[in-house]
Amino acid sequence: MTAYLLGRFVSLALSLVAASLVIFLVLEIVPGDPASFMMGINADPQAIAALRSQLGLDEPIHLRYLGWVAGLLHGDFGMSYTYRVPVADLIAERVVISLPLTLYALALSTIIAFPAGIIAAARRNSATDVAVMGATQIGVAIPNFWFAMLLVLVFSINLRIFSAGGFPGWEAGFLPAMKALTLPAVALALPQASILARVMRSSLLDTLHEDFMRSARAKGLTRSQALWRHALRNALIPVLTIVGLQFSFLLAGGIIIENVFYLPGLGRLVFQGITQRDLIVVRSVVIVLVFAVIAVTFLVDVAYAIADPRLRRHGR
Amino acid sequence: MTALSVSGLTLAIHGTPILSDVDLTVGAGEIVGIVGESGSGKSMTALSVMQLLPHGSQWSGSIKVAGNDVGAMTETELCGMRGRDAAMVFQEPMTALNPVQTIGDQVAETIRIHTGTGRREALALARQTLDRVGLPADRFPLDRYPHELSGGQRQRVVIAMAIALRPKLLIADEPTTALDVTTQAQILDLLSGLVREEGMGLMLITHDLAVVAGLADRIAILQHGSVVESGATRDVFAAMRHPYTRALFSASAHVPSRTPPPAADGPPVLAVSEVVREYPQPRRGLFHRPPRFRAVDGVSFEIARGENVGLVGESGCGKSTLARAILALDPLDGGEIRLNGEVFSSAGDGPRMTQRAGVQVVFQDPYGSFNPRHKVRRLVCEPFHLLGSPPRGAELEARMLRALEAVGLSAGDADKYIHEFSGGQRQRIAIARALIIEPSLIVLDEAVSALDVSIRAQILDLLAELSGRLDLSYLFISHDLTVVRAITDRVMVMKAGRIVEEGPTTRVFEDPQHPYTRSLIAATPSLAAALAAPADRRAPSGRRDA
Repeated sequence: MTAYLLGRFVSLALSLVAASLVIFLVLEIVPGDPASFMMGINADPQAIAALRSQLGLDEPIHLRYLGWVAGLLHGDFGMSYTYRVPVADLIAERVVISLPLTLYALALSTIIAFPAGIIAAARRNSATDVAVMGATQIGVAIPNFWFAMLLVLVFSINLRIFSAGGFPGWEAGFLPAMKALTLPAVALALPQASILARVMRSSLLDTLHEDFMRSARAKGLTRSQALWRHALRNALIPVLTIVGLQFSFLLAGGIIIENVFYLPGLGRLVFQGITQRDLIVVRSVVIVLVFAVIAVTFLVDVAYAIADPRLRRHGR
Repeated sequence: MTALSVSGLTLAIHGTPILSDVDLTVGAGEIVGIVGESGSGKSMTALSVMQLLPHGSQWSGSIKVAGNDVGAMTETELCGMRGRDAAMVFQEPMTALNPVQTIGDQVAETIRIHTGTGRREALALARQTLDRVGLPADRFPLDRYPHELSGGQRQRVVIAMAIALRPKLLIADEPTTALDVTTQAQILDLLSGLVREEGMGLMLITHDLAVVAGLADRIAILQHGSVVESGATRDVFAAMRHPYTRALFSASAHVPSRTPPPAADGPPVLAVSEVVREYPQPRRGLFHRPPRFRAVDGVSFEIARGENVGLVGESGCGKSTLARAILALDPLDGGEIRLNGEVFSSAGDGPRMTQRAGVQVVFQDPYGSFNPRHKVRRLVCEPFHLLGSPPRGAELEARMLRALEAVGLSAGDADKYIHEFSGGQRQRIAIARALIIEPSLIVLDEAVSALDVSIRAQILDLLAELSGRLDLSYLFISHDLTVVRAITDRVMVMKAGRIVEEGPTTRVFEDPQHPYTRSLIAATPSLAAALAAPADRRAPSGRRDA
């Protein structure tokens, strides 16, 4: 187990180094000079050159990469070209919205998907199964921004239960903040829950056909005992993979939903960074997202090892 | 008391008749063999008793387990019966256990669900049961997972799960078909011992007459869902009233008539010298070099033109790795393989693609070795791409027809898909595919192991005839010694990556020199030996001697 985790950890570190290099190089190739963008179209070339040296853009590329990485290790992401504030501060104030929103959506998705998938698989071809599969089909098909607007229409404008957008900040209290995140979380969770429920169902159905399920029944277990005791844990591996992927997707992919609900999250920050050639912000947000994705992948790997003893090769 | 009595059992699945009017009894302490070919309804009889039939099944008749009428039981009562009064052991030990649960928990589960004892007590009982089936605590602690055990050891765990509560009836559905001969002998010994000592009734389902002949008190022979003949084992085999019994018997002992290979002239078809194949094993630590496992360890042999050579050994002995090396599917780690005198594959140099046409292969699984979306025409002609200038048009058609006709198929079969054929026909198509580019050597890797005895006899005849007519050489790899004995001129016995004995087939079987060869031969169930043994003997003597 230790060797397995150590191995995963080394691969995590290597992935981060590789990712930082790729991110840095790709953004170097991207056309558009931040300095000339900031100074406007009619700027004096000398002023642009001065700004470039002020921003450190005239240094050799490898020094800039090393400087950036060294800064990252200290938590210093550099200064935003356009906002003129430390990027770390910008990211910090966005992460406190995006991360809770992601976790909220993921929790909702799992809470809906697991029971739905399990019931559908246990009662295959029944009316329940057909209903669950039909509902998930719709859930996958509906664009989430449209569903978000529908939620606003029903719960904010007609029923006046939730506000239509904005975020009061965590200093306003836990419950008001969570309330503000509820509609976005539901909008984000619906398609994810639909996908997850389908994966859960098919994975469980595959497992139900395994030979050891027949052994379990021959022992005298009822159908549902066999499902809970033997099928579920075996069916979990592919489901965990999807949950890991969904986390990564939700963290950065919430940009449209953030726009619908006027939430100042990471997605909006990176979008603004791209349009304003604030490449240092883009770079920093992307590396933070990469780190999150790699960290979650690591957690999923740990979960695999817990769920499946065959991965713990050197356990004893 | 009768462990099981079945009378007038008739079963249909989705309207298709599967069993008709099956009568069967298994007494306490008695072993009853159920013999038949695939599709005869053996397994469905067992699943009817356990009431674990697939959806859409409709049955009638009477099934009594330990005197209780199964048909009158509710689902809850059935769950109480399964595992406690009647237990079952299945064919495939590799997949019959839950991979994510320890063996202790899986055996204890049988005890816990039926008796409601606590986990600790159930585990203590599970320990005793595992000891009973030959898995002692020092080597097989309760917290082992199935993947840490071999096939035979897993089958012992499955048996422990089944016998933990000392059921009246034990059903074993092909319990040793997936196992090596020596492991098979041990498992059969274990089962018969349990039956005699615990007074269980054992219903032993098998396609292998030799297994039941040496073990069963009574047998029932099933064909197309009906019992065609039943009675005391010796009587049934002595009289063989039903033609199907006679057919089964002769197919099981079938030896194809073969012409001896011509005197060898020119270079051998295959010359393997000092071949080594190694696999890297999982790393022990992050900074350690992964250790290497030597699967084939300095093997040398030759096969002459027209010669049929057998390669036998237990699973894991390296015979399939050697076969892959001979087919040049894997690079060598040492040594050299020559095909018709030319270097085909050598360490460091890799296989020569251009020579692949000289050697073809037929695999075990007649279902998995074809692309289901291609027609037979395309499947059979596939090897032509190995030739520099493949035949086209009329010549292609003629050669395809010749290959199909050589294996007993007709022109009309060329435009069918593979699912339209039975297992035996598929294996014929596999042979046609191997023959079509006229190789000098065909590697037959367990090529008849998945087939029923009657089909197996036909395929063996076909192989013998082709070899004689076309001067083909075979490397016949099998764990089934009976088949190897029937079809080969020379045999090699492989153990732990090395060939431990080699010689003319008759000599090796009649006068084995190496202790390992002797133990293999002794463990092989023999129909003739079992029937020739004294009538009062209850367990097969060959196995006891081993």
